[in-house]
Amino acid sequence: MKQFRQFWRKPGGVIGALMLLVVLVAAVFAPWLAPYDPYQRVQVEASDILAPPDSEHLLGTDDAGKDVWSQLIHGARVSLLVGFTASFVSMVIGTTVGLVAGYFGGKIDNFLMRIVDFLLVIPDLPLALVIIAVWGRGLWKIILVISLLGWTYTARLVRAQTLAIKERQFILRARAIGANHRRIIIYHVLPLVMPLIMAQAVLDISASILAEASLSFLGLGDPTLVSWGNMLNFAFERAVSRQAWWFLLPPGFAILWVTLALILIGTSLEEVVNPRIKSHHLFNASRMVSLILPVPPRAEAIKEEP
Amino acid sequence: MQFDYLLRKVFFAVITLIVVIVFNFFLFRILPGDPVKLLFRNPRLTREAQELIRVQFGLDKPVWLNIERLSAGDIPGALDSQFTAYIHNLLQGKLGISFTNRQDVGEVLSERVWRTVLLVFSGELLAIVMGVVVGLVAAWKRGTAIDSAALFIGLLTWALPTFFLGIILLILARGILPTGGMVTPGLAEEGTLEYWIDVGRHLILPSLTLAVVSASGYMLIMRSSVVEVLSEAYILTAKAKGLSNARILFSHALKNAMLPMITIIALTLGYVVGGAIQVETVFSWPGIGRLIYDSVAKQDYPVLQGAFLLLAVSVILANLTADILYSVFDPRVKVT
Repeated sequence: MKQFRQFWRKPGGVIGALMLLVVLVAAVFAPWLAPYDPYQRVQVEASDILAPPDSEHLLGTDDAGKDVWSQLIHGARVSLLVGFTASFVSMVIGTTVGLVAGYFGGKIDNFLMRIVDFLLVIPDLPLALVIIAVWGRGLWKIILVISLLGWTYTARLVRAQTLAIKERQFILRARAIGANHRRIIIYHVLPLVMPLIMAQAVLDISASILAEASLSFLGLGDPTLVSWGNMLNFAFERAVSRQAWWFLLPPGFAILWVTLALILIGTSLEEVVNPRIKSHHLFNASRMVSLILPVPPRAEAIKEEP
Repeated sequence: MQFDYLLRKVFFAVITLIVVIVFNFFLFRILPGDPVKLLFRNPRLTREAQELIRVQFGLDKPVWLNIERLSAGDIPGALDSQFTAYIHNLLQGKLGISFTNRQDVGEVLSERVWRTVLLVFSGELLAIVMGVVVGLVAAWKRGTAIDSAALFIGLLTWALPTFFLGIILLILARGILPTGGMVTPGLAEEGTLEYWIDVGRHLILPSLTLAVVSASGYMLIMRSSVVEVLSEAYILTAKAKGLSNARILFSHALKNAMLPMITIIALTLGYVVGGAIQVETVFSWPGIGRLIYDSVAKQDYPVLQGAFLLLAVSVILANLTADILYSVFDPRVKVT
């Protein structure tokens, strides 16, 4: 909890949290905040199509004559739902795999890490794309595909931590008083790795949101939903040539807003829970460092109990 | 040890390739609908004609193992299946025919692949230059405003979806640079200098978009790697010898900090390929990425299958190359 208090002293973290709060409010209260219901059929006249912003429509209308501002607010729901759910599933898979691989080592470790290596080599977006293209478009399918492709980094991170923790005295003591493996993993190893997992999960949310947006932009989004990626797909197909910037730019900036917020929170959290990381731990940067350099035991990051 | 390491890497690459090929086969078998109907989209095709085509394409055979012939005691006959036919065709470079225009998929891909290679290479080259230069400067000036600015821009470009950056550049550069396609139709004969200059002008925006997105990763890795190298004792020795800062930075720090870059470039290639699909879509660059986008819209599964296989195989081979290069440049490498 002390770490949590430190988080609020990081300007990046505070700004990120405030930025995320705006999106959360938009998502939760969308039906009340949005002046129009984007899922409702509308009666349109020719002048309503791609109409520029005015007092009636804050951000103008889209190619179907619907209010862009209302769609933008409702789009927050899809992005956050996909981001949080997919990153939660990847967190669970990644943590389990990492704990098991790191704690038991040997053949299990080798086998699990080869799967991780395999998933690291395969290009994610093309793979997600062909799976959705064949399987059919749908929100839950997208979430499942994103989470099944996104757990590898968490697994590596947790494994490295577990390797360091399991060598420590108190694990041996727990063994000595007869604790079984499951108990040790859940009560002794997991709590120490948890803060890092949380920081990573926040970064994963932004990656999942970006993945969903890219898939939707490429025409593989859930066709029944109003999402920022879908909006951009329509806008790109129909609004670019007509210079309808009010339809094209807002969803893009909304995605940028929420991913930036999550990255700020994630990197600040990471700095708090892992003081060894001095620079921003984003994208593949330090990920890549930890992949190349032989994994350093980070035991000193966590204070030895007396 | 060196040899052992390489052997393990090659073995892993081969296994990965096999898994991708098997996956690619089965993924497209779970498709709903009859491929014959999808291929010809002709309601007047009689049942007999459909059956004939099915036999011709081997679609009457079992998908995986020919149990029927196996139980009849015909062991080699057990392999007479769609899967073995697929492998057999693949080894001959036959990737099937497009559902939309019945062109050979291999032909479609080979016609387009060099355009994607051109885009990815120019984008990567630009990204590496930008990443190395900015990362080096940021590390040298660490803790200063320049460093913070570099980190902030890195953060921003990471949060930015690739396709959206493309769209922004497309809007900004309208009227100044060509924003779509690869050539101006009717401008010049293919192969002439004028033609290639035109291609180059069309290439600027797509490769810039790709470069900016990958550069942030390279910049950050370069920065942290230079910061680490600068704390080494040999840098202090060089300083004590009276070498200039520029000399230390370029001939001592840069060389050692460049090592991790090889692996990073290979590892991020998967992301770059994903970025290339988005960039090609935004700028109508007629490569593999745009082909994938169009095939998704037209539900042209054989083309999609071939394109995915091509991308996956390229990335796997690039990673293997990087592993080999790395062990050449850094003989210390044993196990990763």
